[in-house]
Amino acid sequence: MEVLQLLISGLANGCVYGLIALGFVLIYKATEAVNFAQGDFMMIGAFVSLGLTNAEYMNLPFWVAAPLTISIMAVFGYLLDLFVLRHLFGQNQTAVVILTIAMGFVLRFVAGIIWGHEPQTLESPLALGDIHIGGVVLGLADVAIIIVTFLMTWFLYQFFQRTKLGLAMQAASQNQMAAYFMGIPVKRVQGLIWGLSGATAAVAGILFASKGAIDPNAGLLGIKAFAAAVIGGFGSLPGALAGGLIVGVIEPFAARYFPAGYSQIAPYALLLAVLIFRPHGLFSQVRVKKV
Amino acid sequence: MRIHFKTSYHHDIRLFPDRWTFSVYGTLLALAFALPYLIGEFYLGEVTNVLIWAIAGLGLMLLTGQTGQASLGHAAFLAIGCYANTILIEQGVPFIIAFPLAGIITGFVGLLIAVPVLRLHGIYLAIATIALSVLADDIIVLTEHWSGGVSGKFPEMITIFGFEIERWSMPSRFYYLVLVVTIICTLFYRNLLRSPLGRAFAAVRDSEVSATAMGVHIARTKGKAFGLSCMITGWAGALMGYYAGTFNNETFSLVISITLLMMIVIGGLGSIHGAFFGAVVVAFLPQALSILKDNVVGSGVAIPGLETGVFGMILILFILFEPMGIYGRWLKIRTWFELFPFARKDMFRRQKSYLKTERLR
Repeated sequence: MEVLQLLISGLANGCVYGLIALGFVLIYKATEAVNFAQGDFMMIGAFVSLGLTNAEYMNLPFWVAAPLTISIMAVFGYLLDLFVLRHLFGQNQTAVVILTIAMGFVLRFVAGIIWGHEPQTLESPLALGDIHIGGVVLGLADVAIIIVTFLMTWFLYQFFQRTKLGLAMQAASQNQMAAYFMGIPVKRVQGLIWGLSGATAAVAGILFASKGAIDPNAGLLGIKAFAAAVIGGFGSLPGALAGGLIVGVIEPFAARYFPAGYSQIAPYALLLAVLIFRPHGLFSQVRVKKV
Repeated sequence: MRIHFKTSYHHDIRLFPDRWTFSVYGTLLALAFALPYLIGEFYLGEVTNVLIWAIAGLGLMLLTGQTGQASLGHAAFLAIGCYANTILIEQGVPFIIAFPLAGIITGFVGLLIAVPVLRLHGIYLAIATIALSVLADDIIVLTEHWSGGVSGKFPEMITIFGFEIERWSMPSRFYYLVLVVTIICTLFYRNLLRSPLGRAFAAVRDSEVSATAMGVHIARTKGKAFGLSCMITGWAGALMGYYAGTFNNETFSLVISITLLMMIVIGGLGSIHGAFFGAVVVAFLPQALSILKDNVVGSGVAIPGLETGVFGMILILFILFEPMGIYGRWLKIRTWFELFPFARKDMFRRQKSYLKTERLR
């Protein structure tokens, strides 16, 4: 029973990592850049939903606030690309990496000014209630997170494989010049993908805020999501989810069975091991170039 | 405008291209040595801080600016240098041996880590180094027996042949120590760039394919760059330990790693000047902000995260409008005056390129 309980809570945590990792992978798949501020996007999404829902702010019903948050974050992502990231088009990807790290700092600062540094909880219907199944206690939020994450991954996977826009996004990252020749508006496609990753971050944020308290430093969770994305293999959506689940499940088990102090190391040690022995992740997409 | 008519290879790799540059840097050096007599103890301490950050910046610059490998984990090497130095001195090794040894140990650890990690590149390297930085914190706690863990350590007073140096009671002596280390590191860096190894670094940065074609062994060169970079960073870490007076597992956090990378970007990637300019910004920004804050909103009002927030905004502005950093801007201004009135805007235009995926190689 205990193992099952640990497994379920690990899965729920892992799904949050997986959702953030999905955001990384989306942007990486379409622009070859890594958004180091994805965790902070999630934090902003959580705070926006909190600002719309909670009684001391806007006091909207949760089911109105949630779609509103997702659209706000999608627009936010698109505008961010339009006004900031598009300036870097055609430059080295390292510049984008550094820019997004800096953006993370700024977002944390802005969130701290608007919503304060005290941890707050979202008044969400998901936060209430547990489900008892044969001695295992599941939080409603945990169940919701697991279901939504799997749906999102499936949806995004289909989007990339089946739709015209999804294929255009992949083309835009694989070879920009060829994509231009094929008539793909590469810059607009990149803007859309930032919007999409903003929306994903909003979903992650709403679910995360339903699970527990949030503060402006919640975005630092992004580092673990990184580990998740790398373990799964950057560029693979199911890989991101798998990586998230692996990291999420390892954590509670390491905390339970390893001596104190070693448990925090576990995800990062796994990350380094994966990087050393299988540098492009478990679901690797790298093939050796044939000349 | 000065024209350098180079007639031999030695003209090309001279330390100073002409007498004017020589006298400029000579004056700067004389000024640096006279500084304790010119400014008060508080500002001397701040300048010492700038120099220590500059050494750390030089270390990272060698890796990121020169060899093109972004590292987000250099705080781990600051920590190794700092702990190695302190532990060696506690074991009774004199400072004059322990300090260089601390750098060499750090460089060696860096080299060991570099072997698996440098097979990665770009994004993966950055993430692996993030993991290193996070792990360093936990490892320091776990090795509490040697490292003092959470309660931390206090570096002992520096003694060089009976000559005592202490940060608080004798700031000018500590300043001279840091200054000498800075000069040695700068000269080392400058000379490295003139050597075949330094050129190999630049070749790896600019194009790995062309570098291989020219006979540069990529992995070995990257490994050397990592080792040398960590060595300099280790010295900076040891000095940082003395400057802080006490340190524990949280002193060298991921934030320090990120700040270090941001610092050299603001200063200007790929130049020695950049490390120094960046260090000035990083060291003086908190002071400037607190003075500004006291005047605008009144003292006593705490705004958490203000420093990192403003730092982030400055960085965004730099990346968008002056990707070459402060030193790049200075070069542009200087060229404008040197060529007056023939300078053209497009002289510094950056080459833009279409992106291809790294995945499907």
